[in-house]
Amino acid sequence: MSNKSTPTERRIILKNADDPNYSNKISCYLREGGYAMLKKSFKMKPEEIGAEVLKSGVRGRGGAGFPAGMKWKFLDRKSGKPIYLICNADESEPGTFKDRQIIHKDPHQLIEGMMIAAYAIQAKQAFIYIRAEFFEGARILESAIDEAKAKGFCGDKILGSDFSCDLVVHRGAGAYICGEETGLIESLEGKRPNPRIKPPYFPAVLGLYQCPTIVNNVETLCNVKHIMEIGGDEFAKIGKPNNTGTRIWCVSGHVKKPGYYEFECGALTMGEMIYDVCGGLLPGRSLQAVIPGGSSSKILRADERFSGKLKDGTDFDWGVEDIPLDFDGPMAAGTMSGSGGIIVMDDTVDMVEAMANINAFYAHESCGQCTPCREGSLWMRKITQRMCDGGAREEDADLLLSVANQIEGRTICAFGEAAAWPTQSFIAKFRDRFEDKVKNPERKKSSLQLI
Amino acid sequence: MISKKNSKVVPIVLDGKEVEVPEGMNLVDAAALHGKEIPHYCYHPQLSVAGNCRMCLIEMGTPMRNRETGEAILDDDGSPRIGWVPKPVIGCATNVSPGMHVKTESEKVLGCREGVMEFLLVNHPLDCPICDQAGECRLQEFATDYGRGYSRFVERKNVKPKRTRLGPRVTLDDERCILCSRCIRFCQEVPKDDVLGFVDRGSFSTLTCFPGRELDNNYSLNTVDLCPVGALTSTDFRFKMRVWFLKDADSICPESSAGCNTTVSSREGELYRITPRRNDLVNDSWMPDSGRELYKSVKSNNRILSSRIDQNPCTADEAIIESIRLLEGKKIGIVGSCKSSLEEQFLLNQISLKTNAVNFIRGHFEEDDGILLSADRTPNLRGALISGFTQNYPKDNLVSLSQALDQNQLDVLLVIDEDLEAAQVDIANLEGVPIVFIGTHTNSTSNRASVVLPSLTTFEKSGTFVNRSFYAQVFRQAVPGPAGVLPDLSLLSRLHNGLTEDEEISPDQNSVWKVMNNVSGSVLKEISLTDVRKDAVLLDSSKWSDLPFVESKALHFEPATKVEA
Repeated sequence: MSNKSTPTERRIILKNADDPNYSNKISCYLREGGYAMLKKSFKMKPEEIGAEVLKSGVRGRGGAGFPAGMKWKFLDRKSGKPIYLICNADESEPGTFKDRQIIHKDPHQLIEGMMIAAYAIQAKQAFIYIRAEFFEGARILESAIDEAKAKGFCGDKILGSDFSCDLVVHRGAGAYICGEETGLIESLEGKRPNPRIKPPYFPAVLGLYQCPTIVNNVETLCNVKHIMEIGGDEFAKIGKPNNTGTRIWCVSGHVKKPGYYEFECGALTMGEMIYDVCGGLLPGRSLQAVIPGGSSSKILRADERFSGKLKDGTDFDWGVEDIPLDFDGPMAAGTMSGSGGIIVMDDTVDMVEAMANINAFYAHESCGQCTPCREGSLWMRKITQRMCDGGAREEDADLLLSVANQIEGRTICAFGEAAAWPTQSFIAKFRDRFEDKVKNPERKKSSLQLI
Repeated sequence: MISKKNSKVVPIVLDGKEVEVPEGMNLVDAAALHGKEIPHYCYHPQLSVAGNCRMCLIEMGTPMRNRETGEAILDDDGSPRIGWVPKPVIGCATNVSPGMHVKTESEKVLGCREGVMEFLLVNHPLDCPICDQAGECRLQEFATDYGRGYSRFVERKNVKPKRTRLGPRVTLDDERCILCSRCIRFCQEVPKDDVLGFVDRGSFSTLTCFPGRELDNNYSLNTVDLCPVGALTSTDFRFKMRVWFLKDADSICPESSAGCNTTVSSREGELYRITPRRNDLVNDSWMPDSGRELYKSVKSNNRILSSRIDQNPCTADEAIIESIRLLEGKKIGIVGSCKSSLEEQFLLNQISLKTNAVNFIRGHFEEDDGILLSADRTPNLRGALISGFTQNYPKDNLVSLSQALDQNQLDVLLVIDEDLEAAQVDIANLEGVPIVFIGTHTNSTSNRASVVLPSLTTFEKSGTFVNRSFYAQVFRQAVPGPAGVLPDLSLLSRLHNGLTEDEEISPDQNSVWKVMNNVSGSVLKEISLTDVRKDAVLLDSSKWSDLPFVESKALHFEPATKVEA
């Protein structure tokens, strides 16, 4: 699919975002044909919209990549309880900054997508749960909602129909775990964001206020609008089978042009992203490692090779540069595309220090509810901190790995994996650096202060 | 939430063995039914499921079915193929389903337990030598049973508050807390007093009271019992006694007609604490704080420790002889007590019947808390009905006694424990009426009594109480009574045998029960003491369904609906 020329972006979600003549005002959005899809959708039956979304094969953009149409199908419609729609705008995965762009630059796209989704699932109340630090985003969304309400695109009797759906912006309280959908629901209910046990608390059945609830990512909900524009079948042709649509990749770290880039799924490889799109590494540096999907995803070592059989039966033999940027590519390489946050590390990075920072993040963000994550994340932090402070021991690498293994798969929510995977992959791929710390405990002069 | 009795059973395969368990039961309870322990901290059968300690991780699988046809997929040998869930699941939140396979002893499961145990201990102070929980601590028990036995932790432990006053009766050591949230859920769900919560996050999470509030509800000490570790401690019991020195006796709380099942703990005849004992029909696993204080009455200053005639100390024999002399051949008024055991009330009534005495009894009524402190603040009002001591529902006073005295109907009074003055008996009417008083503590009546016979508290004797739901329950002696003080049954039996020509009644529970069983028309006819000793026995209460019982709806208690006339 890729060729030698620099891959070109295909902007669907961010189509108007960086147009100097475009603002987040409703006038701009309407000028570009905004809310036409809402009108079109309201002429359809709700279940027809669900069917289109299912056909489109669009996968959740929040990190887990679960098909959105399937999620909607699981919704318990028979209970007679009200149904809620929640937009998860708690974007807080380190290395990810895509939803912020959408909210700041094209908020009406999200509102339109949400109102279509609300109509499709027949939700009378929708929420945008936005992370606390996005105060500007919250302000923009609030004024956008006011604009949309004034025009009848949201709120009471949308487009003059009998369907009403109120939309409320709720600012989070400043915790990573609020992005976990059941943690988010708890937080929205006004409690500590302790994720719920599943079973029995699947949001589609027992979500917000114990009512059926759909929680979708910002980018996913925006895609709903575009699915309605071209139809599920056409949308499914964008990208690759099982990896449909575009994705916004957020590239950070040691590249010349970090930023967000929207491409069709699978339209380019990791190498093309780093070297062509982002202008390559800084002068004189070489690639050491890449974290492909936010800090939770497993790290890739620059000289790693991956081989095996893809789902469609074809053999693959990739270096890191060859990994196609979609959902299944990073998965085949033993990691995941997660939230699309690509973190590039060059040879100046001390991997133990990088690990220490990641561990510090997870130790700080663990909600503290369940034992393995609560105690394991802090323990790992203490170990790596000590290693960086000159107290490394030979057995530390094995200990770290063992602690991570004791967390993975044993927690209430996926945070356990998010905390364990980085450690597991760092030890698996950079064990030599951890062992080296024992012999060379001194920190480099250039080292930054640890988190 | 609270496990309901369910007669339907489903087959599951527990560690390779096919067993039957009640439908819908969770795996922790189901495995326990078949002698398999699934260790757990946060799970409590009478609280909502939190699933946060992760100690009860097990392997679980269900028979695979063909998606299209719904038929079971079979292995080559014809047995159903099991789809094992790839990750371990928590037993407390997994309910049994037919054909479910469960592994509680696999290598993976043991690994999970080792891991969780290690995590629970990394920031735990391990101060067992100075910890009150030592000896009854789940951390100690499970660390021994399921832990690795060594530590790999070389970092600094977290520091948290060591002695926080959560309320007047509960002291918290946050460092020992394993954040299982049992106490929080208890406060929300049982006394409905939501005052506890966690602050801070991750491993620094700390249990605390909401600002400006304290844990002062009358059930606060249940959090101490619930706490699987030494974090929540009873301010009263703290540092008083090592629990392995304590001798436990099954008892019934005499505080109210709720009849909470309790464990009374003592060492060398000294009482140290009262804790609730689980009974899913009566009190679940709870009891009011106020009931736990009652052991202090045993050593209180106003305890009657010796027999007296005209307020002068004498021997028990002398006092009994004097009592018989005062009572014999007279018109006796007997004031019974709803605090006496069923056996004592029965024996007292035998005396009454054979001496043609007139019975009086008062109720002690206060506000009902709708949980386990009922409006009737005596343990055995229903015993007074069943023993035949009274046919009528007692009033909150003894005005009828006062009237009988006023009309000179009575020559002498035999009073059990009651304070006549406090029960609105006109003192003027008591002039010239000798009183034989049997009781544990002094009051205005014992002070004016001609004969005082000391008796024993609930903790010093055995007997039967009938609670508000008409459950007959036995309590057992926890400590010996004061030297020279005879048990109530002995006193009553000697009075009985001295005052009547009838067959003597031996002063032991068994003998009294045999006589009680023989009373025609008694609800105790088919019930033996052995039955009641085994478990609470529900008595037929239909005879009394028209009485105006004061208790309101509460935990495991529905007021009887009046039969329409």
